[in-house]
Amino acid sequence: MKIGVFVCHCGSNIEATVDTATVAAAAREFPGVVFATDTMYTCSEPGQDEIVDAIKEHNLDGIVVASCSPRMHEQTFRRTVERAGLNKYLFEMANIREHVSWIGKDREANTNKAVDLVRMASEKLMNNQPLYPKKFTINKRVLIIGGGVAGIQAALDCADGGLEVVMVEKTSTIGGKMAKLDKTFPTVDCSSCILGPRMVDVAQHPNITLYAFSEIEEINGYVGNFEIKVKKKATYVDWDACTGCGICMEKCPSKKATDTFNEEIDFTKAINIPFAQAIPKKAKIDPEFCTMLKKGKCGVCAKVCPSGCIDYEMKDEFITEKVGAIVTATGFDLFDWTVYEEYGGGRYPDVITSLQYERMLSASGPTGGHIKRPSDGKEPKDVVFIQCVGSRDKSVGRPYCTGFCCMYTAKQAILTKDHLPGSQSYVFYMDIRAAGKLYDEFTRRAMEEYDTNYIRGRVSMIYPKGDKLLVRGADTLMGTQVEVDADLVVLAVGAEASKGASKLAEKLRISYDSYGFYMEGHPKLKPVETNTAGVYLAGACQGPKDIPSSVAQGSAAAAKVLGLFSKDQLESDPQVSTVDIKRCIGCGKCIQTCPFGAIKEIDFRGMIKANVIETICQGCGICTSTCPQGAVQLQHSTDNQILSEVNALCQF
Amino acid sequence: MNTSLNYAYYPGCSSTGTSVEYDMSSRAICAALGIQLQDVPDWSCCGSTPAHTVDHSLSSALSARNLDQVASMGLDSCITPCPSCLANLKTAKHKMQDENFRDKVNKLLEKPANTQVETKSVLQILVEDYGIENIKKKVVKPLTGLVVGAYYGCILNRPAELMQFDSREHPMAMDNIMEALGATVVPFPLKVECCGASFGIPRKDVVMRLSGKLLDTAQEIGALALVTACPLCQMNLDMRQSQINRANGTKHNIPIFYFTQLLGLALGLTEKELGMDKLCVSPRTLLNSIAKEEQIKEKAA
Repeated sequence: MKIGVFVCHCGSNIEATVDTATVAAAAREFPGVVFATDTMYTCSEPGQDEIVDAIKEHNLDGIVVASCSPRMHEQTFRRTVERAGLNKYLFEMANIREHVSWIGKDREANTNKAVDLVRMASEKLMNNQPLYPKKFTINKRVLIIGGGVAGIQAALDCADGGLEVVMVEKTSTIGGKMAKLDKTFPTVDCSSCILGPRMVDVAQHPNITLYAFSEIEEINGYVGNFEIKVKKKATYVDWDACTGCGICMEKCPSKKATDTFNEEIDFTKAINIPFAQAIPKKAKIDPEFCTMLKKGKCGVCAKVCPSGCIDYEMKDEFITEKVGAIVTATGFDLFDWTVYEEYGGGRYPDVITSLQYERMLSASGPTGGHIKRPSDGKEPKDVVFIQCVGSRDKSVGRPYCTGFCCMYTAKQAILTKDHLPGSQSYVFYMDIRAAGKLYDEFTRRAMEEYDTNYIRGRVSMIYPKGDKLLVRGADTLMGTQVEVDADLVVLAVGAEASKGASKLAEKLRISYDSYGFYMEGHPKLKPVETNTAGVYLAGACQGPKDIPSSVAQGSAAAAKVLGLFSKDQLESDPQVSTVDIKRCIGCGKCIQTCPFGAIKEIDFRGMIKANVIETICQGCGICTSTCPQGAVQLQHSTDNQILSEVNALCQF
Repeated sequence: MNTSLNYAYYPGCSSTGTSVEYDMSSRAICAALGIQLQDVPDWSCCGSTPAHTVDHSLSSALSARNLDQVASMGLDSCITPCPSCLANLKTAKHKMQDENFRDKVNKLLEKPANTQVETKSVLQILVEDYGIENIKKKVVKPLTGLVVGAYYGCILNRPAELMQFDSREHPMAMDNIMEALGATVVPFPLKVECCGASFGIPRKDVVMRLSGKLLDTAQEIGALALVTACPLCQMNLDMRQSQINRANGTKHNIPIFYFTQLLGLALGLTEKELGMDKLCVSPRTLLNSIAKEEQIKEKAA
């Protein structure tokens, strides 16, 4: 083999602490290496051309690039060598940036380590084989998990693009958090007026199948060919027959059911439709509160239902759907603010969350759009908003900024004045983060036109004084303590990963950060991709996001799916395990250890042998280390290839 | 019930002076509950507020010496009634985990101090080691009719990482004990507010304002008495109550008990054993009314 080695400066990223010229000179002495040089930016166009030219000029049949992590540029250089006519697997990368130059300052030691890494790469390259991908057909249907605004956008864009869409929503209606909002910033337009029609579009689109009140049970398969098991949770109502007339809800005698849609500021009935514009507008029974399901007595809803759709015997149902791509849009949940004992820890009824306040402001909410104190139903005069509750606070394990609370707090202050012109709002803030189109202008309006009193500082304590709440905090601009006698306190509670996010991530085989938010493929360049092919992200499941950003991501994820499905066939990665049938003794250990179920038993001339299903194999290599015979080999990381690297490193 | 509770007891300097009734009542209730206390031999001041405002290593040296004394008794846990002593003893142990700091402190001492000893408050061991349910079983004279608020002060549970007991913002230990004794506990909203602490000496106006607010709040919520767990809090609210009244134009007459005194009363100990006569604001009327309520209840029964 005739190997060419290119040692990259990466500007000064590598060159500052690694003598790349010396590395190239050392490489020239390695067996097989006929050409070695150092270059300023190997990934740049002239840098890549240099590789192509060298291949042609020196008749090279293998290339080593010593530069950065293969995560980003392995693809780049594989395309380069392919352009020059080589098989793209006759290429190796040595990571002398993340593994060398960025982590040590000793130039001599760094240079020596870089030489070692290049030696390993070139030794492995000599053992590499050309590999060829296979093609497989794909199923051009897409699964959208979550029916909030991000999921709705992704679903409609995909469906309009001609794809068949399956949407799975955990609750009994789509709409997500946005459906709970009264108005949206910075335009103060009605949330349900803009979201409502989109929800109806989902219900009516011929390409969209909606499973509401359903959850993902199991995900199998791979990009292009996923098989999804959906659990349709029992609603005890036959939704095909239910017309959403609401008579059952009206007559149900069990009036103390938890109203999650209204953020528990009121109760709902045991059989309920969450709100008037719900999609689908179907009733469901909450078994925890239904007298019939608990005690076998009642049955009022069954008696009054004009279409006879109540079924107390209903069981969960499982449905299998086949899709080629998945968009995850599972959104966020609110941080449990009751850990803040200084805000009363939930003991004072007139300390509420911003989302509860939003339900109170909504004309279709339980108070009919009237702002009332939960304790006595009175109209508040002085309303205190506290920002950053569960945001930017290390002491409660939430050091990140939720990002949209500054904006909705300004909106709620404006709406408070609109609803109660005689009221006064106070906002305790840390910094105003209003970075968005027309955002800063909006917070200014809250201050200047709506006389909201913005106080820069944290609140140290809230305690009841008579029928008021005394809010004590710091005014860090004035350097004083402030006390406000409040009638109502609204906490701008921060966002956290939705409950169950990590469980779903494990089913999807995607990674998540320490807070449970899903990890994007690249923080800048792959914002809606994940590291699992065919799985995309949209909205707040990746990190807290406001409506415009969530919608943008919904569309971006849809564009990615449409792009993926623009081909009829995909290439499979040839870096998978293969079984040397002569060495396989049919012990089945590999079958047991494979986490993906990619290895099956076959009958080969009357003998049991293992067989890898290439499209399912993810190339993790667990089977290769389990096989007692060395019969299973992971292509491009075979035992011999790895040993050649080890031998290169451990020469002495 | 755990009958083998055995602790080293560090009284702290205030116990020999301003809070002698806290010390008396703490010892009395421990005896009544079968909790064994052994006085730390040759104990010295923990350093209190003055030491650590001047020099942290000096402050820790004073506390570390006491911890070492406990270790020499062969015991691994020490209790103290005073939150300020508790904070100093715990801080010394914590800070001496740092090697440089430990060397500095040990240079000030005759011999390197063994600071492995765990320190807890009397309140903490009653709640965590003895158990409120077990206290309830020992009540012979319930505090029927006593409407009381529990005031913890600002340092008993703070900093939370160091004190490791109850909530830093909304502690309930004393509330729960008082309830177990049969008292009517009204939630005291300012339970962890500062009373003004040792500012009583250099800036009396601060104490007049801060402690005044506590007394005002007690009156607003209808508490007939407050219970405390801190000598300084008790002193500011009790001894200075007449000063506060004069400064603020109020007429408070609210007895300020140590929780150990009321606990002792419910356990059937005498007022003398509990040092009730040491209180500045006389609890006489209030104590009589509790006794009366109890008699009425007995008669009715």
